[in-house]
Amino acid sequence: MSGSSSAPHVVIVGGGGTGGALAHDLVLRGLRVTLVERGELTSGTTGRHHGLLHCGARYAVKDRESAVECIEENRILRAIAPGSFELNDGLFVAITDEDAAYEPLFFESCLASGIPARRVGRAEALRLEPNLNPELRCAVQVPDGTMDAMRMPLRFFATAKLNGATIKPYTEAVAMTMRAGAGRAVAGVEVLDRASGARYEIGADLVVNAGGPWAEKIAALAGVEVPIQPSPGVLVAVRGRYANMVINRLHASGDGDIVVPQREISVIGTSSWLADDPDHLTVPADHVAKMISEGSAMIPALASAAVRATWSAARPLIGERGATSGRELSRTFKCFDHAPEGVEGFVTISGGKATTLRAMAEAAADVVCAKLGIEAACRTREYVLSPHTAYYA
Amino acid sequence: MSAGIDPARDTHATEGTGVPIRFRVYRRKAGDRAGHFDEFALEVAPDTTVLDALVAIRTRLDPTLMLRHSCFHASCGTCGMRVNDAEVMACVTKVLDLGTPRVKVEPIANGALLGDLATDMVDFYARLAAIGRALVRNSEWLPSSELPPGIEAHNRYESCIECGLCLSACPVVATDARYLGPAALAAAERAIGEPRGLDPGFILNLIDDPQGAWRCHAAFECTEACPSEVDPAGAIMALRRRAAGARLRSIIRRRT
Repeated sequence: MSGSSSAPHVVIVGGGGTGGALAHDLVLRGLRVTLVERGELTSGTTGRHHGLLHCGARYAVKDRESAVECIEENRILRAIAPGSFELNDGLFVAITDEDAAYEPLFFESCLASGIPARRVGRAEALRLEPNLNPELRCAVQVPDGTMDAMRMPLRFFATAKLNGATIKPYTEAVAMTMRAGAGRAVAGVEVLDRASGARYEIGADLVVNAGGPWAEKIAALAGVEVPIQPSPGVLVAVRGRYANMVINRLHASGDGDIVVPQREISVIGTSSWLADDPDHLTVPADHVAKMISEGSAMIPALASAAVRATWSAARPLIGERGATSGRELSRTFKCFDHAPEGVEGFVTISGGKATTLRAMAEAAADVVCAKLGIEAACRTREYVLSPHTAYYA
Repeated sequence: MSAGIDPARDTHATEGTGVPIRFRVYRRKAGDRAGHFDEFALEVAPDTTVLDALVAIRTRLDPTLMLRHSCFHASCGTCGMRVNDAEVMACVTKVLDLGTPRVKVEPIANGALLGDLATDMVDFYARLAAIGRALVRNSEWLPSSELPPGIEAHNRYESCIECGLCLSACPVVATDARYLGPAALAAAERAIGEPRGLDPGFILNLIDDPQGAWRCHAAFECTEACPSEVDPAGAIMALRRRAAGARLRSIIRRRT
C-alpha cells in the first residue's frame, strides 16, 4: 500500500484530525507520507471539541454550503468509522415564541440541504427527552450524533500508519528548508525531536501545513501568510447524562446552544470570540456562566449539575482580520496553494470542522496530487478505517 | 494574549493571580540513565488545572516538556498521571484543590515511557486486545425516555476512557507483567455481560486463569483511581463469581 521508494514524499505538519485524514488519503493514493506533530496527536483543537457529529442542521439556514458538506460527511463517516459514534440523533428545541417562529425556515432549510428532518410536537419531545424544559414549543429531530473527539480521528492515523505512513508525534517543525537556485521552493522541514533532543531535516517533494489555528505560525516558517483566524470558544462538561440525543437550541446560531451527551457526562457549548494566539487561550468566567445558563434554558437540571471541567478550544476559521466574533466567518474549509505568492512546494489546508475532516483531506490531497503530477483517485469515501487501538499495535 | 478578552477574567490563569505554586515535574528523555525533577513556578487561579499548568510550562518556560493531552474534560484519557503520589486525570484536577504549595507531577507507573510525562500506551492496549473489546454498547439509555421513530436503540460509549490509571495504581501489575490487569478484566466483564458477537465462553476461559481474575489481591486501588466510575475491582469480583459458578456447573455436569 505504501508508496514505492520512488514515489513523491509529502510531509504534513500538524497532527490533528485534518492531518491524520490527509496522511490516510495520500498513502492510499500511493505517495510516501511523513506527518510531524509537536505534541501528542489530536492535542490541539481536534480533541477539545464537544464531540458532535454534525448533520449540518445548525448551518442549514445561513451557510448552505457547510450544511451540505456536513450531511454528506456525516453519512460517509458513519460508514467508514463504525463504532466511533453514539448513534443517538439530535433534537433542535424551540423554547421561546421567537424560536418557534424560526422553526418553519429552519425545517425547510434542512430539507433543502438534504438533511433528513422530522417535526416533533411538544408532548412527543418531552416523552423522548423528559429532562427538556417543559416550556418548549416544538422540536425537530435530525441525524446528529456524538463522536469520540480523539478516538475517531485517531482511526485515520492508525489506518495511515498500517498502510505505510510515518507518524511522528513530539516532533516540532521549527523551520522550512528551501531549495537552492532561482525562485523560492520548500525542500523539506527541519524538526526538533522532543524525545531525543535531536534536530534534523526531513526532505520533502511537498509540505502541507495542517496546523488548524496554528496554520499562521507554520506558514510563517515558509514566509507566507494565510488568512486563518483563531476563534476560541468555551466549553463546559458536567457530570451526568440528561438526554439521549444531542440537544440543540432551535434558533439562529448563537452562544451556548448545544448540549452533547457523551458517556456519563454532558458537554455544553460554546461561545465564540477572536484570539491572536492559539497557545494562549483563556477561559473567561462570564463565558462559563453563560454556557450554564443557556444550556439550562434547554435542560433546566443543568443549572445545578456538578461541573467536571471548563476549557477553551480554538476553531481555525478562514477570514480576514476585522471580523468581530467569529460567528460571521464561514465554517467551510479551504486549501491554499502558496505558489501564486512565490513559494513552491507548500500548501495549507485549514478552516472546516471535525465532521468534515475527511472532505478537507480529500480537497488537500487533490491539490497535492495535481501539483506533483500524480493521477490517483480518492479512496477514502469507501475505505473502512482500522480501530483506534491499531495505532498502538 | 487574546484579543477582546481581559486576562483577569481567566478562570484558568497561570500568571498574574498572586497564588504561587512550585511544580516539581518528572523529566526523563530517551537515553537518560535515570529520571530527575525540574522545578517551575507559576501563579494559578481557582480553576487552573494541573494540565493547564503543564501546558503553560511547556508554552512559556520549557518547550521540551513532553506530555499527553487532548480533550481537557477527562473523556479521552490521555492526561492520566501521578500528582502528589495519586493517580489522577490532570485535566480535571484543580491545582488549588490539592492544598499544597509544591505539586509533584510524575507519569503513570507500570508503563513504558516515551519521555517526561508521556507514557507509551502500547502495553495498555496489548492487554485490552486479548479481550477484543468493542467501543460502543447498545444498552443503557435514560429509562424514562421513549425511543424516537427510526432509532432501534440508543447506543453508548463504554465508560472506560483507556487512561491507564488503574494499571498505574495496581500493586499486582507493579510486580507481575503477565497479569491481565484491571482495565482488561473490567472490559472482559462488560464483554461477558453484553457480548455483541464476542464469545463469552472464550473470554471466561481467558480470565479464569492464575494471571487473570484470580491474580488480583483485592486491593481496590484500581476502583479508587478510576476517573470514569468503571469499578474494575467490582468487575474482577464479579468475574470470579462467574468463573466459580461455571466450574461448579461443569463439575455437576460431570457427576450427572
